[in-house]
Amino acid sequence: MDVLDLARWQFGITTVYHFILVPLTIGLSTLVAIMQTTWVRTGKQKYYRMTKFFGKLLLINFALGIATGIVQEFQFGMNWSEYSRFVGDVFGAPLAMEALLAFFLESTFLGLWIFGWDRLPKKVHLATIWAFAIGSLLSAYFILAANSWMQHPVGAEYNAETGRAEMTDIWAVLTNNTTLVAFPHVISTAFLVAGTFVAGISVYWMVRKSREDKKSADIDIYRTSARFGAVVMLLAGIGVIITGDIQAKLMFEQQPIKMAAAEGLMDTPDGPAPFSLLTIGNLAGNDPESVQHVLEIPGLTSYLATGSWDGEVLGINDLQEIYAERYGATTPDGEVIEYRPNLLVTYWSFRLMIGLAAFSAALSVLIFWFTRKKQVIEQPWMSKLALISIPMPFAAASFGWIFTEMGRQPFVVAPNPTGSDEIMLMTMFGVSEATSVFEVALSLTVFTVLYAILGVFWAKLMHRYTVEGLPDVEPEQVSADPDRPMSFAY
Amino acid sequence: MDLALVWFILIAVLWTGYLVLEGFDFGVGMLMEKVGKGDKGRRVALNTIGPVWDGNEVWLLTAGGAMFAAFPHWYATLFSGFYIPLLLILIALIVRAVAIEYRGKINDDAWRRRWDWAIMGSAWIPSILWGVAFANIVRGVPIDETMTYTGGFFNLLNPYALLGGATTLVLFLSHGAIFLALKTSGEVHDRAASVAKTLAPIAVVVAGTFAIWTQVAYSVTWTWAAVAVAALALLGAWFFGNQGSYGKAFAANAVAIAAAVVLIFGSLYPDVMPSSTDPAYSLTVDNASSTDYTLTVMTWVAVILVPIVLAYQSWSYWVFRRRLSMDHIPEHNSLTFLPKKK
Ligand code: HDD
Ligand code: HEM
Ligand code: HEM
Repeated sequence: MDVLDLARWQFGITTVYHFILVPLTIGLSTLVAIMQTTWVRTGKQKYYRMTKFFGKLLLINFALGIATGIVQEFQFGMNWSEYSRFVGDVFGAPLAMEALLAFFLESTFLGLWIFGWDRLPKKVHLATIWAFAIGSLLSAYFILAANSWMQHPVGAEYNAETGRAEMTDIWAVLTNNTTLVAFPHVISTAFLVAGTFVAGISVYWMVRKSREDKKSADIDIYRTSARFGAVVMLLAGIGVIITGDIQAKLMFEQQPIKMAAAEGLMDTPDGPAPFSLLTIGNLAGNDPESVQHVLEIPGLTSYLATGSWDGEVLGINDLQEIYAERYGATTPDGEVIEYRPNLLVTYWSFRLMIGLAAFSAALSVLIFWFTRKKQVIEQPWMSKLALISIPMPFAAASFGWIFTEMGRQPFVVAPNPTGSDEIMLMTMFGVSEATSVFEVALSLTVFTVLYAILGVFWAKLMHRYTVEGLPDVEPEQVSADPDRPMSFAY
Repeated sequence: MDLALVWFILIAVLWTGYLVLEGFDFGVGMLMEKVGKGDKGRRVALNTIGPVWDGNEVWLLTAGGAMFAAFPHWYATLFSGFYIPLLLILIALIVRAVAIEYRGKINDDAWRRRWDWAIMGSAWIPSILWGVAFANIVRGVPIDETMTYTGGFFNLLNPYALLGGATTLVLFLSHGAIFLALKTSGEVHDRAASVAKTLAPIAVVVAGTFAIWTQVAYSVTWTWAAVAVAALALLGAWFFGNQGSYGKAFAANAVAIAAAVVLIFGSLYPDVMPSSTDPAYSLTVDNASSTDYTLTVMTWVAVILVPIVLAYQSWSYWVFRRRLSMDHIPEHNSLTFLPKKK
């Protein structure tokens, strides 16, 4: 393995890890804020207990999110310094804005929320969780603006003298159409993740309580939170589909080869391009010609890409020629450039992204059905389905990112077909020159092992706090008395 | 004034914010055992930074992001070159974030004890390494004509850099001790006060030696002013500490840290990373910076946002202004891990 491979593995592992935690934080912070708002408005204790229960889980998750985020901020410089030099003039701005606008907001107001229950007036305290939730949404926006620029570079020019991309229009960078659709798609994803999390845990508890102690008042609370989660899942699910569809069309315009790769489409079909559910043959790349689609939905890929059931979708072989002509056939070292991303990964990750969300859909429909007219869920199989469903949207989101990022290969900054052909960078030229194989191998190993260990603690705590169920707590009394013990302390 | 220079100064400001704020966080972490003596005491110490440590750490993320945006080459050369020290710092910051948040989540002595060790260990490492890193930047490191660092790891370990490490270590320790003395009462306060008393003269000697070495070997005339301010501030911290006015001592210590940053950045200018291979290869404020357009955008962003951030962060310090003592620490959270199923 060389520095390039190691750096890619490191980026993939650390970022996917970060993004397992992030969508839950983004979605759950808003859901907890809604729970607390309901408590403040209605004064009903049940919402207070709900807030505390899910709030604890949010905090356990957030800690690891911060820990894994810190690495991201420096990784571009450590492993991808040539990339950083090429894009810094454009890419650094949204990153710095994220820190200034979002991370400060999140971290400061979360501290106020955790420690402020008995220090701040109720409404001010409520505002702190909203500030935190807004911070996490802003953070997603800016990081996606940065990422979208790598997918679709706009608002910049190539400067031959300095050999780098230079920003000409910050507004164009921040309102990149790629960002404008990626943001709602990612946010819908986050709400799907969090909605499934809340609903899944609530259903598990509703079943358990109704078997342990039918009279428990907690059952009603779990019923409410399960339905709340189900509503969120439903809305988020619709949002994910609509925005995903828009994203696919944009992707087809901006990175046509990624669309072809999503379908494993080697040759341009004569008529409409179908969407295959199963494919045999060697997608991994040694023998792409052997690829055979088995189960197909006619015209669906054409529809996803162009909005028309018989739109033309070019295959990879034709696109390879077009790309070679436009962006060069060989590297400076004389090697032929392969513009085809890894098909095995793109094909299956695209399908898994779409498919895994079916668990959430099934769960939400069943929750609505079984809790209609004040009914309570008691079926043990529902509890199992609920628990199985929880990790599925997390996995779907990870596959979505793996698709997006690996489908962009061999580019790290993909060329914009309507922009300047000089603003593009192949991944292999982005890697650091100063770092050695030893250094990257060391950091890759250390981060992987460290994340795994911390992941175990995260899982243990999430599990422990989930099986504890709703805490039996009374709202804190707000007071300025300097001698009173803290309501919460580490 | 030209924009690249404005950003050079702003980055110094961001680093000052970081070192002043997370400096005492690290100090508290390092001294937790010493001033705490037992679980409850350690909790008093830790909870003085409980609501604010994460916000303090974001100053680092902002400084990093700002370097990326305003001086991409500086960001690229520095972080790919100082790989191993940065890796160690990152490991420490990761462990620390999780340790602080998780230590109280389970009611089990062994659990808490282990995370406490993690909090302490992860405070020592960056406290030393930030000094090592900054001293190396000032001293100059091998950089070739493509702005690539060619020095390797052991190049970074030299007497001057190690003294730099000792300097940040002592400054943060004493900063933390004074902060603890200011923010606690009772036993913990008394122990912190006596630690602060011991550390103050050591800080004067170590930081003073480093400052004079920097000034004489690497700097320009006007930064004598920064050396003088740092010296006066450290003496002031010592004096006020002995008087028991910890608020003033804390402010003086913060001024000393700020003056150290001024000294470092002042001696660098107009370079941002001098090359020891050939001065012609040095990264400078001009050749490492972004375009004027990007810098203009970033200036507006910073001018609008930094005061807002300062305002709400100050408010949060105000909300949690009371001094903590053992009496304020609530019972442990009662959750334990469930026994394994047979
Ligand atoms: C629960 C998660 C989830 C679900 C159910 C879906 N997506 Fe998705 N998708 C993501 C989570 C995600 C993501 C992780 O959030 C990505 C990665 C990058 C991005 O912007 O969002 C993504 C990216 C992504 C892209 C790539 C954009 C690019 O590379 O520029 C496309 C074309 C789609 N999605 C399309 C869809 C369609 C048509 C879906 C069908 C119904 C769908 N997604 C469901
Ligand atoms: C602003 C956001 C992001 C930026 C700037 C970014 C940038 C990069 C860069 C520089 C690489 C290395 C080059 C390469 O191998 O492709 C990369 C690879 C990768 N990224 Fe992202 N990324 C972002 C978000 C994400 C997220 C959120 C995920 C997933 C959760 C992700 C998943 C990956 C994966 C899996 C790879 C490895 C691809 C490969 O090995 O070819 N990225 N990304
Ligand atoms: C690859 C580029 C990325 C970088 C440089 C990055 C950077 C960071 C950093 C430094 C933190 C810690 C903040 C703190 O201390 O409070 C963080 C947390 C966070 N990041 Fe990322 N991140 C990346 C990818 C993403 C993506 C793609 C998203 C969302 C779409 C995202 C959303 C968040 C959120 C919401 C948090 C705070 C909540 C949490 O971590 O649980 N990040 N990120």
